[in-house]
Amino acid sequence: MSVNEKIAIEHGLKSDEYKKICKLLKRTPNITELGIFSAMWNEHCSYKSSRIHLKKLHTKGKKVIQGPGENAGVIDIEDGDAIVFKIESHNHPSFIEPYQGAATGVGGIMRDVFTMGARPIANLNSIHFGSTQNKKTKNLLRGVVHGIGGYGNCMGVPTIAGQTSFDRSYNGNILVNAMTLGLVKKDKIFYSKAAGLNKPVIYVGSKTGRDGIHGASMASASFDEKIEEKKPTVQVGDPFTEKLLLEACLELMSGDSIIAIQDMGAAGLTSSSIEMASKGNLGIEINLNKVPCRETKMTPYEIMLSESQERMLIVLESGKEEIAKKIFDKWNLDFAVIGKTTNTKNIQLFFDNKQVANIPVNTLVENSPMYDRKWKKSKLPKKNKINKTIFKSLKIKDTLKKILSSPNVCSKEWIWQQYDHTVMGDTIQKPGGDSGVVRIHKTNKAIAATVDSSATYCWAHPLTGGKQVVCETWRNLISVGAKPIAVTNCLNFGSPEKEENMGEFVECVQGISEACKYLDYPVVSGNVSFYNETKDIGIKPTPTIGGVGLIKDYKKMITMDFKEIDNIVLVIGKTEGHIDQSLLSRIILNENNGPPPEVNLFNEKNNGLTLLNLIEKSFIKSAHDVSLGGIITAISKMCIKGNKGIQIKKPKFLINEIEYFFAEDQGRYLIEINPKDLEEVSKILDKNSVHYDEVGKIIDKEMIIDQKTKLTIDELKSYNTNWLKSYMV
Amino acid sequence: MKSSVITFPGSNCDRDMDVALTKFGFKNKMIWHNDQELPKSDLIVLPGGFSYGDYLRCGSMASKSKIMNSVINFAKSGGLVMGICNGFQILVEAGLVPGVLLRNKYLQFICKNVHVKVDNKENTFFKNLDKKVLEFHIAHNEGNYFCTNDQLKEIEDNNQIAIYYCDQNGNTNDQINPNGSIKNIAGIFNKEKNVLGMMPHPERMIDESLSGEDGSIFFKNLLNNIK
Repeated sequence: MSVNEKIAIEHGLKSDEYKKICKLLKRTPNITELGIFSAMWNEHCSYKSSRIHLKKLHTKGKKVIQGPGENAGVIDIEDGDAIVFKIESHNHPSFIEPYQGAATGVGGIMRDVFTMGARPIANLNSIHFGSTQNKKTKNLLRGVVHGIGGYGNCMGVPTIAGQTSFDRSYNGNILVNAMTLGLVKKDKIFYSKAAGLNKPVIYVGSKTGRDGIHGASMASASFDEKIEEKKPTVQVGDPFTEKLLLEACLELMSGDSIIAIQDMGAAGLTSSSIEMASKGNLGIEINLNKVPCRETKMTPYEIMLSESQERMLIVLESGKEEIAKKIFDKWNLDFAVIGKTTNTKNIQLFFDNKQVANIPVNTLVENSPMYDRKWKKSKLPKKNKINKTIFKSLKIKDTLKKILSSPNVCSKEWIWQQYDHTVMGDTIQKPGGDSGVVRIHKTNKAIAATVDSSATYCWAHPLTGGKQVVCETWRNLISVGAKPIAVTNCLNFGSPEKEENMGEFVECVQGISEACKYLDYPVVSGNVSFYNETKDIGIKPTPTIGGVGLIKDYKKMITMDFKEIDNIVLVIGKTEGHIDQSLLSRIILNENNGPPPEVNLFNEKNNGLTLLNLIEKSFIKSAHDVSLGGIITAISKMCIKGNKGIQIKKPKFLINEIEYFFAEDQGRYLIEINPKDLEEVSKILDKNSVHYDEVGKIIDKEMIIDQKTKLTIDELKSYNTNWLKSYMV
Repeated sequence: MKSSVITFPGSNCDRDMDVALTKFGFKNKMIWHNDQELPKSDLIVLPGGFSYGDYLRCGSMASKSKIMNSVINFAKSGGLVMGICNGFQILVEAGLVPGVLLRNKYLQFICKNVHVKVDNKENTFFKNLDKKVLEFHIAHNEGNYFCTNDQLKEIEDNNQIAIYYCDQNGNTNDQINPNGSIKNIAGIFNKEKNVLGMMPHPERMIDESLSGEDGSIFFKNLLNNIK
């Protein structure tokens, strides 16, 4: 088949991109070469619309061992230990085929982590669905949860935390973001940079089939009504093989055979071989007849573009082939020497003794397109003038009931009970808390991890929203007593070819960067997912942040459940009464306009670090950050978890009670302390200029707001836990 | 006391079991499924996980692996064998304990704490146990125990039911049954009571920082009984 512009456009390339390819090659590419270009130059692999902006992210810090650019980021957690972690999207495939899409998303991110020599110790996920009224939502949710569980449970890696949200803007494009943390010794980290000439290139893992061909291209386009036809582009996962691959790779990594290793993720053998060659400034020669294939008569084009799962490419030290083969034989995995490194700086492919592709590596990587797309700046919306008489008509009890049982606040137990969250025997904080926490096996250290996003805030004002998400994860980590170290980000947006969407992206990135810099909380890895769009309607901008922190002595970990009757509850941080974009505003007042709550980075940092100091001094009995639904929602969750009540003090504020209880001002935490420590704690808060108010006193089994407004803990529990269960029946 | 934990391809609670056994004083060895011989052991454990991906039927392929001949011989000669979760499924497939394990009633994987009632203490596993109700942890998709009426009669006549799902006071009823198991059965013995298969994971309950500590009670008692 001879290649022309029409075929190139069918491959998702633009006309001028095709012309650029011909110019770079000084000839017309053949079909295999065109396939390789289309795979490397699509948005998903090349980051052509985002690269120019991602450079602005704050990525440096004392604890960063490896920032963005590798399979995953790596941070130092002392004593020679390091944590490898990353988040990645699998949005498009999960909408088309929820079980396999979500499962292979989890499989892919775990591979990214163990490729670097780390044993995965925790999984997290952030999943977003359309309106609960949408016909597809229930099945998509069920399928995605089954898929995440199906893969993670089989791998024996606990799923320790997550986030689920529902919003109409995801009706045509759900989001499935999966995150994995792995543990590695600092001096045993593996990278993807090839080195040395004539080194054997090894293929291990599953056989190559026709599944997933053009998966990366599919993920680089918007959806239309023919989306069902794209099912064959979704890969099929085999977690059992991945478990074997994990054990076999870690066994091989304990020796000194590996020079470079790269998993075959998006764009399979194409991107893995090219990335290793590019980083090593080398060429690679591959004999495609040696690639283990599942199906007969696969063409070079299909072999190069297959996205079959559970495969790895390794550059070995010469002479180590036998040692390596023995290990993969033991684990019943395919092993084949398929090529070697060369000094040509080209990727050369052979099939049936003929050369079928010969492309300079730099044309695929450094010379790939990079766009500075037009983008539109967002204005901060004007504050809503809420008619305060409306507040008088609202009963706190009814309002709280609606909020606690609303889809985005209600308990997600139905979801996380389907994930094995206790395997590996180190999970000390389960899902449902502010962060998941796992111990570092056989040490006193523990790692806290959380994942968050706030699309509504980002939609209202991307710059503020970007900052807010970072701060939210920072607070989640502080609330469990962890020192925040670094983040990974998954940037989910609509089409970059629209100025509004591109503007949302640019300003969210700017917000993330500002917050990360101020908090000394760098981005070490991440992924961009554009084209989350169906028939011209895009999702709300949804940058997802995964935060990771360290608890030096796990016995000092904090949980959110109220601990003891008569203890005092304080709220740290100032409550100004910001209602715009709050849950109250959206679901009770039906008002969707206005600015998101302001983010004051000085207060965030100061409040957070002061609370960590109080935790370090053992003053804090329980803690929880204040987020969606405001103070009263946060208190309710602490009551439910601890099975204890609270006598709430009448707020001294001039603002309305409704505003006080439901406002979503940032930088706030609720803390429980023993009355005898109140003086000392106040002194520390005052000294650090941290604003605080007394919220109430812990009592038995009842939330008393005033003489007329009382709720039992069982009532709170039933509001909070029943919605999702009954929705999913 | 010596124990051996068998690792099948796809086992994923083998390390956790090793940690637990070692913590409570067993000298434990990890044994590869493809080995022929078992080392001298006082206890053999088949751990949880997804042996052979649970493809075909849970535990079915593992029950045919090389090491299982030795495990079966060891069990038939009176040796103590314990299968947890996937290990229970393997025991069932190997015919070492009666019955089958079906998919959970609500067709979902369940990971949570449960209470179990220990009824029969005339065996090495539960002899001298102070508590009647233990808090354990389950994490499975196929734990719905089932057998024929004739089998059930035989099992009951022989006192082979080891543990039942119950509430914290030891009451068994449908409401508390997490997976639809017949008679709330969570664990079962062979006739001779030297082989125990159970769905709950005591090895996940061995530390106050984890889901609970009743696993510690179980393992300490087990070690004392074997001594």
